Amino acid sequence: MSAPVAIPETDILKPRWDKYGPHPYDQPDDGWDSAHEIDHVIPTHCCYCGMQCGMNLLVEKNRVVGMEPREDFPVNLGKLCPKGVTAYLQVHHPDRLTHPLIKENGAFRPASWEEALDLIERKFKEIQAKHGKDAVAVTGGASLTTERAYLIGKFARLGIGTKFVDYNGRLCMVAAAGANMKAFGVDRVASPWSDIPLSDVILCAGINVAECFPIQTRYLWEAKDKGAKLIVVDPRKTATARVADLHLQIRSGTDIALTNAILRILIEENLVNPAFIAERTNDYEAAVAAAMEVTVEDAATLCGVKADDIRRAALWYGHAKNAMVLHARGIEHHSKGVHNVLSYINLVLATGQIGRPGAGYGTVTGQGNGQGGREHGQKAEQLPGQRSITDPAAREHVAKVWGCSPDDLPGPGVSIYEQVDKILEGEIHGLISFCNNVAVSLPNQNRVRKAYTDLDFYVNVDFFLSETGRYADVVLPCAVWAEDEGTITNGEGRVIKINKAVDPPGEAKTDWAIMAAVAKRMGTERYFPFNEPREIFDELRKASAGGKADYAGITYEKIEANNGIFWPCPTEDHPGTPRLFEESFYHPDGRAVFHGIRYQTANEIPDAEYPFLLTTGRVVYHFLSGNQTRRIGFLRDQCPEPYVEMHPSSAKTLGIANSDLVWVSSRRGEIQLPARVVNTIRPDTLFIPYHWGDRQSVNLLTNDTLDPYAKIPEFKACAARVSRTQGGPCEGILAPDVSVGVLNATPETTGDPAKPDGGAS
Amino acid sequence: MRPTFFMDPSRCIGCRACVSACRECGTHRGSTMIHLDDLEPGLSTATAPSVCMHCVDPVCAKVCPAHAIQIVDGVVRSALKPRCLDCRNCVLACPFGIPRYEPKQHLQMKCDQCVDRTVEGQKPMCATVCPSGALTYGDYAEVTATRRGKPVNVFWFGGQRVETNVYIMVPPHEDSSRFDLMEYSQENGVQSAPLGDLKAQSQGGSP
Repeated sequence: MSAPVAIPETDILKPRWDKYGPHPYDQPDDGWDSAHEIDHVIPTHCCYCGMQCGMNLLVEKNRVVGMEPREDFPVNLGKLCPKGVTAYLQVHHPDRLTHPLIKENGAFRPASWEEALDLIERKFKEIQAKHGKDAVAVTGGASLTTERAYLIGKFARLGIGTKFVDYNGRLCMVAAAGANMKAFGVDRVASPWSDIPLSDVILCAGINVAECFPIQTRYLWEAKDKGAKLIVVDPRKTATARVADLHLQIRSGTDIALTNAILRILIEENLVNPAFIAERTNDYEAAVAAAMEVTVEDAATLCGVKADDIRRAALWYGHAKNAMVLHARGIEHHSKGVHNVLSYINLVLATGQIGRPGAGYGTVTGQGNGQGGREHGQKAEQLPGQRSITDPAAREHVAKVWGCSPDDLPGPGVSIYEQVDKILEGEIHGLISFCNNVAVSLPNQNRVRKAYTDLDFYVNVDFFLSETGRYADVVLPCAVWAEDEGTITNGEGRVIKINKAVDPPGEAKTDWAIMAAVAKRMGTERYFPFNEPREIFDELRKASAGGKADYAGITYEKIEANNGIFWPCPTEDHPGTPRLFEESFYHPDGRAVFHGIRYQTANEIPDAEYPFLLTTGRVVYHFLSGNQTRRIGFLRDQCPEPYVEMHPSSAKTLGIANSDLVWVSSRRGEIQLPARVVNTIRPDTLFIPYHWGDRQSVNLLTNDTLDPYAKIPEFKACAARVSRTQGGPCEGILAPDVSVGVLNATPETTGDPAKPDGGAS
Repeated sequence: MRPTFFMDPSRCIGCRACVSACRECGTHRGSTMIHLDDLEPGLSTATAPSVCMHCVDPVCAKVCPAHAIQIVDGVVRSALKPRCLDCRNCVLACPFGIPRYEPKQHLQMKCDQCVDRTVEGQKPMCATVCPSGALTYGDYAEVTATRRGKPVNVFWFGGQRVETNVYIMVPPHEDSSRFDLMEYSQENGVQSAPLGDLKAQSQGGSP
C-alpha cells in the first residue's frame, strides 16, 4: 500500500484550468429564443450508455441547435433519459478544446498541430530510444466508435510499436466478458432485449436499470404488464428494486453465496433441466458440489437476507417457463467478478434457460460501445474479432490484413490499472490516451495520480479538458460523436451507425485522424491510409472475419436499412444473429461449461476500524467520469456534487443528520461530502456515486485489488468509516462478520419504511 | 376520443427526462411545464410527474377574470399573453397545483399538451421520451389494452368532483369513485403540516 501523496488541489490550481471548465452550459447554440430554420435532421444515436438510443439531431448552418426523439429505432422508440435529451448541448459547449495545448510552467498554452506533433515525435522517439519500444503506452476507451477502437489496437502495436495498450472497459465489462468466454466460448449478451418482455421471471442482479440504463425500464414494464415477475438483487432499494416483486437486498459481494443457495434449491426441488445439462453442457458436477457445501440458511446469513426470500426467488426462477438473468457492474466490479458472473451463469445452464425466445441471459454494458469496444483489439491481450494475441493463427490472420509480419506484432500488454504499476516501476515512461479519464475512474486515486505525475511525457486526447488531461504535457482536441461517423455495437450486440451532423470546431480532429497524424511522425503512416471511417470499417470487417465477433458481412448500408445488424454476420447475405446459442455454444465441442464456484469474501471486509461496506455507482444525471455531463447545466443542477448514502440507524448512532458534511475514509484515502440519510440502503452499507474528480472522488477510497482473470478492480466493496470530523471516531457501528463459518445475526434491512429508522435493529 | 396523457407514478424512475424534454418544445423556449416530485425523500425512491390534468370543467379558466385561459378541443391552453393580467388566480385555484407564474414573461404558463406538436401529428415531447411509460400519450383503447393498471379520471377533493381529460393509472383493485385526494391528504397529515416541517420529517428528522 503506497502512502498518500499530494494531489492537485482544485483550489490552488484552479486558475490554471479554469478556462476549460467544467462550466455549466444550458442552452442551444443560438439561445432558447431564436426561431430555427432547420437545414438537416440527422438520425443518429445517443453518445452515452450501451442502450444506444436513437435520436435525431437538428442542424442549422453547420450547428447542432436541438434534438428530436427518433421513434423509428426499435430499442428506444423515441424514449430518452435526461442525459440523452441534453446530449446535444455539449457539441458547441464553450469548454470545447479547439486547438492543441502544450503545458509550459504548469499551465497550458495554445499551439499549432505542427508544434504539438513535433514535440510528441521528439519525446516519444527519445523515450523509445532510451527505454525500448514498450516504454510508450497507449490507452483507449469504450465510448469510441468501433472503427476508432479497432484502430487504437493497430495504432499501439504498429503505429507506436508497443505492447502496452488497454482501455477503460477494463473498469466496466471485462468480468462479464471473461466469464462469458469461459462458460460460452464467446463474449456477447445471449439475447436481444426484445426477448425480455417474453420472459416470465426476470432476475436482475447488481443492475440499477432505472439510473444506468433508464430506457431498459421499458422492457421490464412490458414484461410486468404481461404478468412477469421481477426479482432484483441489490444492496439498495433503487427505483427498479422498488417495483420488483422480490427484492433481495444482499450485502455487496455475497452473490456467490446467493447463487449457490439458489442452485441448491433448484437441485433439491428437481427444478433443474437434466436433458439440457446432459446434451449441451459440461462439468455440471463441479457446480453441484460447490452449491451443496453451504446450507440455504447459512447463505442467507452471509447475504443478510431471509432464507425464505432466497427460496422464493429460486422457486420462481425454477418454475418459470421462460426466465432471464440480467446483470451489470454490481456483480462484476469485484475481485471475484468473473466468479460472480459464472455463478449466475450456472443457474442459467442448470435450468436450460437460454437460447430461446424469452429464455436468456446477458450483461448490460455500461459504455456506449462497451460491446464493440471490447472486441477488436484495444484490450491488452486481444486482436480483432475477439481473437487472442497469443494465438499464432490469429496473429498470422491479422498480420496479413495489416500488411505486416506476425513477428511485428508485440505480445500481450497489461490492464489499464496494471499500467499504473508499470509507470511507478519505471517500465512505462510515455503515454498517449484517447477517450478515458483515469484520474476520476481508476481505484486508489492517490496512487494513480502519483503515477500520472511521474510520467516523462503524456499526451491526452479529448474534447474537453478532463481531470486526467491536467496531467498532460500535450492535449490534442478531438471531435465529439456528432462530428464523425462510425459504428457502435450496443449492449445487445446490435451494430448501429452514428452519423455526422457537423464539422469539429476550430482545429479539432477525429481520433482516427489524430492516430494517423502521430503515426506519420513515428514513420508508420503506411498502416493508416484512411480517408474516412468507412475505409477503417472495411478493414475491420476483414480483420474480424472468421473470428468469434465476425463483422465480415456487415456494411454501413445494411445497418441503416435494418436498424442495426447483430453479429456474428459472416457474409453479406447473412441477416445477423440476434439470439445466440439456439443450437450450440462457441466452445469447440459446442457445449457450455459449468464452473464450481465457492464463496469467498471481498478482498477487504469491514472490521472494527472500518466497519462499513462501501460501494459505488452512478446517478441517472451523470455518465462515467462526468467529463461531459458535469458541463451540462440541467444535469449539474439535478446532481451538483457527490454524497454518501447511509441508513438512518447508522446515521443516528454516529450523530449524523441528513445533509451534514461528513468524512468518509478507507485505508487508502479520505474525502468530505454531504450525508444523504436514506431508508433505501442496508444499514451496514455506504454508497457514493463516482462521477467526480479531485477531492470529491470516491475512487480515492476504493480498493485496487483486481480480479485475477479479468483484472477488473473491486469498486463495489471496500471497508470504510464515516465520521463527523476528519480522522474522527466511527464508534458504535458493528462490523458485519462475513467470514464463512462464523455466522452472526445481521441487521434486518426491510423494516417499516414509515419509521425514520426503518425499524432496523 | 382524442389521444391524451396517461400518468402512472408507480413507473416513474425520477430521471426527469420529461422535465428536460419539455424545455426542447419549440414554443417553451427553455422553460419546463412539468413538475416532478420526490414523494418521500429519504424514505423511498418514489417520484411522480405532474402535467396539466386538462379538467373537463377547469377551475383555472373559471377564475380567470380576463378569459385568458381557453379550452380548445379538450385541451386547456396556457394563458394568452395580451389577456393575462398577472393576477395568478389560476395558480391558486388549480386543485392539482399545476400552473406556474413566470415573472420574467408576466404570464401564467402550464402544460398545453404540446398543441403545437400534436397538430402536426407529433406526440408531446415529455411523453415521447419518458423511459418507463410513467407518462404516456395515446388513445384510450390502445393504452389500456397493454396495461394492467386502471385508468382513472375522476377525483374528489372533499365534496368537489373533478373530471379530467388526463388519466392516472391506479392499481387494478382501486375504485375510481373513492380516489379522494382530500381524504388521503388528511389521513396522511399533508394538510396539517406546513411544507418545511414535512420535508424535515420525511428526511429522517434533522435535529
